[in-house]
Amino acid sequence: MSLQRNKDSFQRKNSLQPILKVRDVKVHFPIHKAKNWPWEKSPVLKAVDGVSFDLFEGETLGVVGESGCGKSTLARSIIGLVKATEGEILWQESNIAGLPEKAMREIRKDIQMIFQDPLASLNPRMTVGDIIAEPLRNYYPELSKDDILSQVREMMAKVGLLPNVINRYPHEFSGGQCQRIGIARALILKPKLVICDEPVSALDVSIQAQVVNLLKELQKQMGLSLIFIAHDLSVVKHISDRVLVMYLGNEVETAKAEPMYDTPRHPYTKALLSAVPIPDPEMEKKKEIELLEGDLPSPINPPSGCVFRTRCPIAGASCAEHRPRLMDLGSQHFAACPKA
Amino acid sequence: MQLLDVDNLRVKFTTPDGDVTAVNNMTFSLNAGETLGLVGESGSGKSQTAFALMGLLAKNGIIEGSAKFEGQDILSLSEAELNRIRAQKISMIFQDPMTSLNPYMKVGPQLMEVLQLHKGMSKKEAFEESVKMLDAVKMPEARKRMSMYPHEFSGGMRQRVMIAMALLCRPKLLIADEPTTALDVTVQAQIMELLNELKTEFNTAIIMITHDLGVVAGICDKVLVMYAGRTMEYGTTNEVFYDPRHPYSRGLLGAIPRLDTEGETLPTIPGNPPNLLSLPQGCPFQERCPHVIPRCQQEAAPLENFGDGRQKACFWTPDTPVNTSGREVAA
Repeated sequence: MSLQRNKDSFQRKNSLQPILKVRDVKVHFPIHKAKNWPWEKSPVLKAVDGVSFDLFEGETLGVVGESGCGKSTLARSIIGLVKATEGEILWQESNIAGLPEKAMREIRKDIQMIFQDPLASLNPRMTVGDIIAEPLRNYYPELSKDDILSQVREMMAKVGLLPNVINRYPHEFSGGQCQRIGIARALILKPKLVICDEPVSALDVSIQAQVVNLLKELQKQMGLSLIFIAHDLSVVKHISDRVLVMYLGNEVETAKAEPMYDTPRHPYTKALLSAVPIPDPEMEKKKEIELLEGDLPSPINPPSGCVFRTRCPIAGASCAEHRPRLMDLGSQHFAACPKA
Repeated sequence: MQLLDVDNLRVKFTTPDGDVTAVNNMTFSLNAGETLGLVGESGSGKSQTAFALMGLLAKNGIIEGSAKFEGQDILSLSEAELNRIRAQKISMIFQDPMTSLNPYMKVGPQLMEVLQLHKGMSKKEAFEESVKMLDAVKMPEARKRMSMYPHEFSGGMRQRVMIAMALLCRPKLLIADEPTTALDVTVQAQIMELLNELKTEFNTAIIMITHDLGVVAGICDKVLVMYAGRTMEYGTTNEVFYDPRHPYSRGLLGAIPRLDTEGETLPTIPGNPPNLLSLPQGCPFQERCPHVIPRCQQEAAPLENFGDGRQKACFWTPDTPVNTSGREVAA
């Protein structure tokens, strides 16, 4: 049945235009060094260095990578919290990269975000009801108090918050419940795209499963598209239709979730997947880990050519010369490695 | 004789809001060279158990019970006696390697300090020994790194420094409090492999505190599952993973999303972990338990022994087996 569903959604997706097209987006931050002479060019940190992808309606794109690989910066550039230095972000066919703040505000009715730290992203001096109502008050000032209240109540029921907590403050809630409040706040405007930046990584295992299930269910109900950022590859596998792997600001591999996890092609993806511990003692003992040597290089001074070559088990001399392009390996599988 | 024998350990904190029992009647033992995993969600008391053993409890903490290390009760020792044992026989690594290193000191002196203080080594000897240990934890260019500050290291490298520091005096017991939680998976894999190697090389017993069951599967011989300060289940890793007998262990194993399985919705444990200030009467897990019976609301099930040295605290006897991914098979 699941196969049938995949097939259906695949056909549906193919017939549609993607709602979000990201084309070669770069986000570079200038670094201000104390010792810099005025005529010297200040060094640049390349947080995101050329990422492209399409997102279809109702689809979930998982973005994975280690800390510092630029996955959060990518998300923030889409919603306009940081400016993309180069590239295009096409939201429903119009470029929103570099839009002025005022125009961006309108777009954010459709694109909302859920943050990692559930408690820190809620204003401690506002009640739950106010927090969830704030987007409505902000975007639809003409709504009456009763309208707002009924919408808030409805949303709270959807995310599994009891109606009697509406006047409580965030500190009275556990992490999982705070995340539900965050989800309610993001969804009350009925957005089309929700960017989830590590929404479950601060939560305990049993609560994490609740929140993942909730997100999946709401996605189905409201027809949301999700960009799901996480460093936990198992969670991403569980929720995503397609997965994008990043390394040092670069897009390394993109594929549908199943082929990505079953037959990863890029050496980094292979190493990343083999490093995930399996909660099964026998399998964990048998498993062969492709250990990566060393640490992530600095994004201020990345290696020439392929950024992964310093840690790559199959790197050759040619890898230092050219930056590998994403290669089409068929059936929507792309990898940025000539040896993949 | 067992290396560590913890009997009826209880940790209580007096707070302005009332007494909190963070650890309740913990009993376990550990042999030399063995690895025990303490598993549980945040607030389940796994770190406080370790802190109690190390004498690192906050000032308002009260300890009851006993913990014998090589036959000696370490809970009633004076600070000076404890200090001797702490460095030479028991040491600890912490979750956040940045905040547990001194940012004002170069890494070398921090390592050498341990040896000079506890082993009475000269500066030179201590230097050489520290370099050797950094080599043992696979720190590249160990000699050069001795004169660097902690902020010049990456997270994984800092954790290697912490491990090296903990192993300098060749302790018999290493307590690792979430040693890989702050690290990326590829680095985590490096550190886990390192710990596995060091374990055999130095024959160190390890208490591994973690919430990641994958980490437990990779390194631990025995597992103790904690909930709200109590032991829920105890057994060898294989027993607990393949034949969990407590509803909480079952729920926990089922709730992990895994790479090797497919699934539409994850099984969940409903509700939230209880507030330690207002625990319900009886079993702390009753509100979230799918197999709750009226008796659970009156009394907490005592920790009973069964099988070959296993323990569990539950009245319910499972009648359904679990499949390989820890999920209950529908009868």
